[in-house]
Amino acid sequence: MRKKVIFRGAVLPYLLLLPQMAVTLVFFFWPAGMTVWQSMQREDAFGLRTEFVAFENFLDLFTDAIYLNAAWNTVVFSTSVAALALGSALFLAVQADKQIRGSGLYKTLLVWPYAVAPALAAVLWLFIFHPSIGLVGRGFSAIGIDWDYRVNGGQAMAMVIVAAAWKQVSYNFIFFLAGLQSIPTSVLEAAAIDGARPMRRFWTVVFPLLSPTAFFLLVVNLVYAFFDTFGVIHALTRGGPGNATETLIYKVYVDGVQNLNFGSSAAQSAVLMAIVIALTAIQFRFIERRVHY
Amino acid sequence: MSGATIDVEALAAASRRRKARERFLTHLALILGVAVFALPIWITLVGSTHDTDTIGRGEVPLLPGGEALRNYTRAWSEGGGGRNTFAVPAGTMLLNSFIMAMLIAVGKIAISLLSAFAVVFFAFPFRMVFFWMIFITLMLPVEVRIIPTFQVMTDLSLIDTMTGLTLPLIASATATLLFRQFFLTIPDEYVEAAKVDGAGPLRFFKDVVLPLSATNIAALFVILFIYGWNQYLWPLLMVSNRDLETIIVGLTKMIGIGDTQNEWNLIMTTAVFALLPPVAVVVLMQRWFIKGLTETEK
Repeated sequence: MRKKVIFRGAVLPYLLLLPQMAVTLVFFFWPAGMTVWQSMQREDAFGLRTEFVAFENFLDLFTDAIYLNAAWNTVVFSTSVAALALGSALFLAVQADKQIRGSGLYKTLLVWPYAVAPALAAVLWLFIFHPSIGLVGRGFSAIGIDWDYRVNGGQAMAMVIVAAAWKQVSYNFIFFLAGLQSIPTSVLEAAAIDGARPMRRFWTVVFPLLSPTAFFLLVVNLVYAFFDTFGVIHALTRGGPGNATETLIYKVYVDGVQNLNFGSSAAQSAVLMAIVIALTAIQFRFIERRVHY
Repeated sequence: MSGATIDVEALAAASRRRKARERFLTHLALILGVAVFALPIWITLVGSTHDTDTIGRGEVPLLPGGEALRNYTRAWSEGGGGRNTFAVPAGTMLLNSFIMAMLIAVGKIAISLLSAFAVVFFAFPFRMVFFWMIFITLMLPVEVRIIPTFQVMTDLSLIDTMTGLTLPLIASATATLLFRQFFLTIPDEYVEAAKVDGAGPLRFFKDVVLPLSATNIAALFVILFIYGWNQYLWPLLMVSNRDLETIIVGLTKMIGIGDTQNEWNLIMTTAVFALLPPVAVVVLMQRWFIKGLTETEK
């Protein structure tokens, strides 16, 4: 799509694009290209020589138990975060959509956590779950649960999931509520006259109409859980205990920044890049379809 | 016949009771939801008003104490928290976060307005190539190009500078796409009128496009300010000079590995500082914020 009436100018449009292009080339395309290039290189132990190893870094990755563990952690973490954040947001949005007093206030009180940084969400939940200073952490100990997320991997995973999902509920809530409000009341009234009970009405009428929103949010939530939750893990568990909460993104950081294993870190980045591209492509194909509704 | 009337009344009463019960359950669910959101904040706010020992002993106070003024002034001007880290005053970190968030938000909006304007209102060779180049950056989040980007920053000596902290983050595909979408709805007659009046493209941009975009700019600003404020991985990589520390990263450094001996009251005070500005922006500009959110993601 484009405009019929336009300005003429030989140099001006390029000047207008210059700032965006400069930033994009220097900080996006160049490093992305380097990532792919470095993913096929290997440095010797002293960092003196590098050699071209083609796909060896990738082969090493896919046979490395620690990497596969991180991949599995990522699957568990992302699906749990998405399920928890989407489920509770949908439930709350359905409640807030009803004709009740104070619904505006409820909305404001449910929307604000969007502003909380993932790392900060992690810190807030740490105050609750810390084994010696946290309300719930101490409560667990009091009723005889051996609670210390700094030692127990399963507990650490549960905690990063709760903190990461908690922060994402507001976002999903806003979109579900907008989706619910765009459903014509006549459709709901027709279903009610047909004698459908509220639960049945929800699953046979409302939910199918919400499914485009739900699918869009599923992709957004997966992207969030994959890429934006670095702060949650870094602030709470540093990937530990052991490697129990080490996700793919966290491992890129550990191998690249702390272990200085550039070849492997770059190969891991390239794998992640492929995942983002796939997710973005799915998202856009779906949006194109939605336009035709 | 009288039996039927009674039935109707009984039915109406039953339906009223059911409705009341439903309303009650709705309120209950929402209040529980709100409480789950508010609980961590309440604990943090309360914790920020007690002294270190109270929290360190694990008493977990549920009501505010009397140390608020002392904690807040100390955190603001001295900092503190972990035993092994060098303290940075929260005032410094807040200022850094504020400058970073503003530069990122304003920078993103400015360069996206310009590039969307070029792509929509001009015809020139490789127009769509530029457009797709901007679009593709959506698929290259900083997380997938950590090490090479860091090397670029080293080569340009941008480590430990505010420029390094903000400049790489101001390219914006989403903002460009949003403005492009909006510019396409500006009627052709406006451009024609401007041409008849002899106004050039820059004049048109300043007098017509910018004023028309005011709402979109405001909505986008809210989203981008929060995006900038909440940056984590990038400042963590870029900043080792603690004068440039931002509040979210600074906060997690105070906690370290979660040592029980930390000065938790000061950490909680700092968390409140970190929380206030973006939450205030969302609550005060809620309408713009929801508009910005639902429109950028379309």
